[in-house]
Amino acid sequence: MYAFEFVKPKTVEEAVAALREGEAKVLAGGQTLIPTLKQRLAAPEKLVSLAGVEGLRGIRTGDGVVEIGAGTTHAVIARELAGAVPALAALAGDIGDPAVRNRGTIGGSLANNDPSADWPAAVLGLGATVVTDRREIAADDFFQGLFTTALEEDEIITAVRFPMPKTAAYAKFDQPASRFALVGVFVARLDGNVRVAVTGASENGVFRWQAAEAALGADFAPAAVEALAPPPAEEMISDLHGAGDYRAHLVKVMTKRAVAACG
Amino acid sequence: MPKDHGIGAPIRRREDLRFLTGSGRYTDDINLPGQAHVHFLRSDVAHGRIKRLGTGAAAAMDGVIRIFTARDFENVGGLPCGWQITSRDGNPMAEPKHPILAEGKVRHVGEIIAAVIAETPEQARDAAEAIEVEIEELPAVIDMAAALGEGAPKVHDDLPSNLCFDWGLVEENREKVDEAIRNAPHVVTLELVNQRLAPNAMEPRVAIGDYDKATDEHTLYTTSQNPHVIRLLMGAFVLGIPEHKLRVVAPDVGGGFGSKIFHYAEEAFCTYAAKVVGRPVKWTSSRSEAFMSDAQGRDHVTKIELALDEEGHFLALRSETLANMGAYLSTFAPAVPTWLHGTLMAGTYRTPLIYVNVKAVFTNTVPVDAYRGAGRPEATFQLERVIDKAARELGMDPVEIRRRNFINPDQFPYETPVALVYDTGNYHATLEKLEELADLEGFEARRQESAARGKLRGLGINCYIEACGIAPSNLVGQLGARAGLYDSATVRVNPTGSITVHTGVHSHGQSHETTFPQVIAEMIGIPEDQIEIVHGDTANSPMGMGTYGSRSIAVGGSAMVRATEKIIAKAKKIAAHLLEASEGDIELKDGKFTVKGTDREVAWADVTLAAYVPHNYPLEELEPGLEETSFYDPANFTFPSGAYACEVEVDPETGKVEVCSFVAVDDFGNVINPMVVDGQVHGGLAQGIGQALLEQCVYDENGQLVTASYMDYAMPRADDLPSFTVDHSCQTPCTHNPLGVKGCGEAGAIGSPPTIVNAVIDALQRGGIEVDHIDMPLTPVRVWSAIRAAS
Repeated sequence: MYAFEFVKPKTVEEAVAALREGEAKVLAGGQTLIPTLKQRLAAPEKLVSLAGVEGLRGIRTGDGVVEIGAGTTHAVIARELAGAVPALAALAGDIGDPAVRNRGTIGGSLANNDPSADWPAAVLGLGATVVTDRREIAADDFFQGLFTTALEEDEIITAVRFPMPKTAAYAKFDQPASRFALVGVFVARLDGNVRVAVTGASENGVFRWQAAEAALGADFAPAAVEALAPPPAEEMISDLHGAGDYRAHLVKVMTKRAVAACG
Repeated sequence: MPKDHGIGAPIRRREDLRFLTGSGRYTDDINLPGQAHVHFLRSDVAHGRIKRLGTGAAAAMDGVIRIFTARDFENVGGLPCGWQITSRDGNPMAEPKHPILAEGKVRHVGEIIAAVIAETPEQARDAAEAIEVEIEELPAVIDMAAALGEGAPKVHDDLPSNLCFDWGLVEENREKVDEAIRNAPHVVTLELVNQRLAPNAMEPRVAIGDYDKATDEHTLYTTSQNPHVIRLLMGAFVLGIPEHKLRVVAPDVGGGFGSKIFHYAEEAFCTYAAKVVGRPVKWTSSRSEAFMSDAQGRDHVTKIELALDEEGHFLALRSETLANMGAYLSTFAPAVPTWLHGTLMAGTYRTPLIYVNVKAVFTNTVPVDAYRGAGRPEATFQLERVIDKAARELGMDPVEIRRRNFINPDQFPYETPVALVYDTGNYHATLEKLEELADLEGFEARRQESAARGKLRGLGINCYIEACGIAPSNLVGQLGARAGLYDSATVRVNPTGSITVHTGVHSHGQSHETTFPQVIAEMIGIPEDQIEIVHGDTANSPMGMGTYGSRSIAVGGSAMVRATEKIIAKAKKIAAHLLEASEGDIELKDGKFTVKGTDREVAWADVTLAAYVPHNYPLEELEPGLEETSFYDPANFTFPSGAYACEVEVDPETGKVEVCSFVAVDDFGNVINPMVVDGQVHGGLAQGIGQALLEQCVYDENGQLVTASYMDYAMPRADDLPSFTVDHSCQTPCTHNPLGVKGCGEAGAIGSPPTIVNAVIDALQRGGIEVDHIDMPLTPVRVWSAIRAAS
C-alpha cells in the first residue's frame, strides 16, 4: 500500500466535494479497493470513506418498490430481504465470505462493476434504478462494460431502487477458486415482461440475454430455454476456469435453473 | 469406555488453548530490538540475462540501510541439495549452483534479484521498486518434454542439457519387464499428469536473522519443520558458521506440508545480512511471494503400463515419468520422484516384475520438492488409476482385482521388486472393513436415487501403501542422502518428578505436545500434565532431523521411548536403594515403585527427588540426576496402508463433481491418540481432495504463474468436502519400533486423489459416457469437456 490521505465526510455533499479535490477514490466497503491498494496496483492520493455519511444505509419497501441504501452491506440485505425479495437476499448471502458480506456494500459493488460480481445481474435483471447524488440512472444505461459505468468521476450512488418482481431467482455457478460468478443468471418476471441478466460470462460485463427474454416471455418454462442456442461463445470470457464455449453453455444451463427456481 | 489417559486415549489438544485464543508465538510475532526489514526484489520474467541493476537512486531513499545484490554474496556458498541421484549410466545428477541472489541470469519468476534493507517494510518496498532493472528476456522452457527436445533453451548454460538425471529402478529388471509386457495377454496403458501444487501453509514463511557482536553468535528465527537441518545446511554449506555459533529457532509454525523442510535463500540472506548491517533483519513473506518462492509439489507426467494374465493377476509393471525439478534443485527434490516414488510402485500387490524410469528436468519454474506424501501420492495415483482401468477392460470388479493381487498376510516380511521390505500389513482386513463401512452393497440404490435427480453417481476404490518414518541412515546413505535420518530426545526429569522432553522433531500441526506426553505417562504412570514437550530450538534440543514423511512418532517418539527406558532403569536402581531391595525385584506401575510380592513402595516423585537431593543415595555406584538422551535410528521404513472408498455425483450439465461420502480405513499400527489421528487423516483427505478436484499451478508459455493468488488457485473449503468416515481399527503394529507405530500424517493426501478420480470415471462410465481418464484437477470445465468429447 502507498501512503494516501483519508477523509471521512458526514454528508453526500461533503463527499462529492472531497472527490473533486485531487486524485481521489471512494471507499464504500473496500472489498475490491483495499486488496488492490495492498498489492500496490492503485495509488490514489485520497480515499473518501462513505462509512460516516448519514442516510446511505437501510432498506425501505413499499409501493411495489424496494429501495436499498448504497451503503447497506450484503449481510444486512441477506438478512432483511429474505421475506420480501428472497432472490435478492439469496444473492447477497452468497457473495464472498462472512467478512466480505459484512464489509462490502451494494453501492460499492455496483460502482466497481466487476464483470463477475453478482449485484450487476440483479440490478439489470430487475431493471432497477440506480440513484445518485444528482440523478437517477436506469440499469440499462448504467452498466457500460468491464469496470465501467455511467457514473461521473465525482458521482456517488446513494441508493438502488428495485421494482418488486412477481417471481425472480438467481442461479450462480461458482468460479472454483474465487467463488465469484463464473456465470450468474438473474431471471425476473415483472409486470408484462421477463428479464434475463447474465454476469461473469461476457467480455463486456453484465448483459441481457434477449433471446431468452423473448422465449420466456412467450412461455415461462425451462423448456423454452432448452430450445435456444447459447449466446455466442466468442463474446464470452475465456480463461483457466472455462473457455467461451463452456461459459456460453453455462449461461443456458443457469438460465434454465433460474427459471425452474422461480417456480 | 475409551481410555482417559496414556496410549490410546483421545485426549484434547493442549496446543489449542494458545492457538485458538490467538496466543501462539509464531516467527512473525517475534520482533527484536533495533530490527530492520528486508524486501526482496524478485524477477518478473521467467528466464533472462541481468544486464544492469541500478541501485543508486534506491539506496538514497528514506530509511534505506543497504541494498544487496549477487556481488555481495560472492564469498557465500549456494543453497545445497541434500540428496544425490545417480543416473542409469552411472553419472551423478546435474547439480547446478543455486545462488542466494540471482547471479547473471534469472531462471524463474520470483527469483531474488536484489534485497533492500530499510527501517520499515514499506520503505524497503518503496526502494525495491526504485531499483532500475534491465533484463534481456530469453525464451523460457516450461513444458518438460519440450525442455528435453533438441535445441531447447537451456535453463543452466553450463549444463549439457535440461536433464537433471535419468534414473532406473531396478535397472537389472528393465529387459525382463519389457519382455513380460511384450508377451502378456493384456496390457493396460495410461498416460497421466500429477499436476503441480502450491503448498499454501496457513502461515507464510518468515525469517529473522540476528547477530551478537559480543559473542560472535548468529541466531536465525525461521518457519521450519527441522531447525537442526537448517543449521547444518546453512552453517556448513552456505555461510560457513560453525554450529556452536549458530542457533536456529523454529517456534510455533503454522503448517508446513513439506514446504518448510527446505533451506531457503531468504533464511541465509537474513542471517548473513544481520551481521553485515549490524541489525536484526526480518522478512515476512506475503501470500503472493509464497506462490512464487515456496517450493511447489508434484508435477509429474507419467506413462504406466500394467501387464495382466487372463484372470487379472498382475504380471509386470512399467512406469516412465518426467519429473519437474523447476529451475534449481531444492533441498530434497531429487529424492521425491526417485526413492520416495519408484520404490512404492509395488503398492499392496504381488506384481513380480517392475521397472520404473524417471527423468528429472530443469524448467523455468519455481523449484519443486516434497509436498505432503512426496512421491508416494504420485506412485499411488498412477498405480491405482491403471488398476481401475484394467478392471474395466477385463470386466472385473475393482475390489476383486485388487484383492486377487494383494500380498497375503502370511507373506510378511515381503520383499518387493522395487527395493523395499514391508515388515507387516493386512490388506485384506482393511479392504473388508472398507466394504462394511462404505456399504458397497447399497451403492446401486443410491446411484438410482441420484439418477432420478439427473446426477451421475460413481464409486471409487483405492488401496494405498506408503513408506514412512524415514528412515535407516545407512540405507538412505547408500541411496544418495547426504544426511542421517535418525532422531533424538532428551528426557529431563525434574527434581519433583515432572518431566521436560526435548525432542529433535518439530510440531507444526501434528500435536506432539499432546501425544508425546501420553507415551511417557503410559510408561511411568504419571499424569500427562506433568510432562512438557520442548522442540524447535537447536539451543535446547538434541540434534534431530525434524518432522516430515510421517516420521515424528515412529522415529522421534521411539527415541523418546528409548530415553525414558534409560530413565526408568536408573530410577529403579534408586528405588531399590531407597527400599533396600534388589533392583531386579523393583516394579514400576501407576507412578509407584514396589518390591515384587510386598506392599513396600516408594512414589515416583520421591525417587526423582532423591536423584537430585542425593542424601540417601548410592553415590559410589550411581551418578545423581535423572536425565537421559537417546538417538534412534530405525531399522526400516514403516508401512502404513489403507483402503479408501468414495462416492461422487457428477452434474452432467455443468461437469461439477460433488463428493457425497468418503470412507478411509487406515492401518497405522498402534495409535497414540485416536482423535489426533482422525484430525491428521481429515487434513490429509482435504488436501488430497483439493488436488483431485481443485488445485493446480498453471504457468503460461512465458513462465508466468497464472494461478498466483487465491483468485485463481482453488483451495478446498469446508463445503467442498463431505463428512468423513475414518477408521483405524485394523492395526498391524510395526515390527521394528518400540511403539509399533507407523505414522499417519500423509495417508489421507496419498490415498484420496485416485479414490476421487476413480469415482468420477466410474460415474461417467456407468452413465454410458466412455471416458477413460481425466487429468487432475477434475474441475467442472474439464469434466464437462470430457463428457462432450465422448458424446
